[in-house]
Amino acid sequence: MFRSTPIIRWRKYQERYNLMGAKCEKCGKLHYPQPALCTCGSSKFIAHKFKGEGTLLSFTDIGSGPEAYAEHAPYCLGIIQLSEGPKITSQLSDCKLEDLKIGMQMIATFRKFYSSGEKGAIYYGTKFTPKW
Amino acid sequence: MEKIGIVGYGAYIPKFRIKAEAIAEVWGENADKIKAGLGLTEKSLPAKDEDTTTISVQAARNALLRAGIVGKKIGALYIGSESHPYAVKPTAATVADAIQAGFDTMAADTEFACKAGSAAIQMVAGLVKSEMIEYGMAIGSDTSQSSQGNALEYSAASGGAAFILGREKKEIIAELEKTLSFTSDTPDFWRRGLQETPEHAGRFTGEPAYMKHVLGATQMILSETNSKPSDFDYAVFHMPNGKFPLQAAKKLGFSTEQVKPGLVVSKIGNTYSGSSLLGLSSVLDIAKAGQKILVTSYGSGSGSDSFIFKTTKRLEEVQDKAKKTEDYVARKEYVGYSKYRQHMAMVV
Repeated sequence: MFRSTPIIRWRKYQERYNLMGAKCEKCGKLHYPQPALCTCGSSKFIAHKFKGEGTLLSFTDIGSGPEAYAEHAPYCLGIIQLSEGPKITSQLSDCKLEDLKIGMQMIATFRKFYSSGEKGAIYYGTKFTPKW
Repeated sequence: MEKIGIVGYGAYIPKFRIKAEAIAEVWGENADKIKAGLGLTEKSLPAKDEDTTTISVQAARNALLRAGIVGKKIGALYIGSESHPYAVKPTAATVADAIQAGFDTMAADTEFACKAGSAAIQMVAGLVKSEMIEYGMAIGSDTSQSSQGNALEYSAASGGAAFILGREKKEIIAELEKTLSFTSDTPDFWRRGLQETPEHAGRFTGEPAYMKHVLGATQMILSETNSKPSDFDYAVFHMPNGKFPLQAAKKLGFSTEQVKPGLVVSKIGNTYSGSSLLGLSSVLDIAKAGQKILVTSYGSGSGSDSFIFKTTKRLEEVQDKAKKTEDYVARKEYVGYSKYRQHMAMVV
């Protein structure tokens, strides 16, 4: 069973549901997700919610996914540069490989990530889809 | 007494569709006969990573965009569905977190077959009117179930709509003038605990069930408000198929023109708890200020909730602030029967 305890994922709900990242209090750099230390060396951050818009930098399709995502395969995966700067790796929903093009605009969508088997909890979060 | 009403609304319909022909081919049935009988041609289905929770979140976020408020302002959130992903664990709690409603939110899931969403609107209306909360959100959303090979398989669809109610006059886009319900113990359609798909009583779902309650609630609200069908610009009746709402309209004295703008079933199927609410969101997308809308839902078991709304100038200011129902109806990708079953297997 894939990670049967829900606690580790519960800690990331806001990060995953609402793209809650962090802004360095010292230099103002935006991060997603929040790191332990900013590149400036500071460990002081304030919460920052990203808008959920960005540009597709790279993508691929997955024909045989890891255990948690196996039943979602085939699916696309992409690196999106958020409009505020940080890059995020995300599954891409509602699209096929031939629908994608580097540089296209993407928007966040709330989707199911995976569930821990038939009896386990269901996990949700943000994925990206071509802007329409 | 202070007026309350809708201050924001939002729809969401998944991208995927299956045509009646693709289902009929598998079961050796005549697609033309089925399409003519049900008054629909295709239906929506969820992506592999969608369910009632994700549909609700997308609709809720669209409603917040139109209301121009943040999720933290929502004091109560009720979600009606026949396909809550968990038997025990509320969809409403996940949706509340996903719109950042905050810990101080009343939240629960409701169930009354296809009228669980309209029942949620009534619950929220009571809380807003009594000033227990400033804003409340009600959602009707489903990834509707049906047995393979059953007539329901042609119509059971996926989608939902969210409505935010408030009482600040300048924010109201549609005043709630009246709501009431008509309820009786009627065994027309049910799903027992631990069963994956519902059962129904065939033709009994018509006259003694749908018609009795839809007509009963509508006649009651017309009588109590001294209204007549011609007083309304639009009428929305629950849409289990494309025919029942038109038949109900005719019996009640409403014209086809009053009903057609909200008749989304012909394009996407029956979204169960989302059905009449998507009809209302379709009408709000195109209505002008000062128009009257009658909505009557139907939930098997059975009951109907009737509402009378009167739109305000504010409606036209918010219509374009989020995707419209028709935008979601028009966005579509067809799949075959095997892929459709694969998608549905992910949500059951």
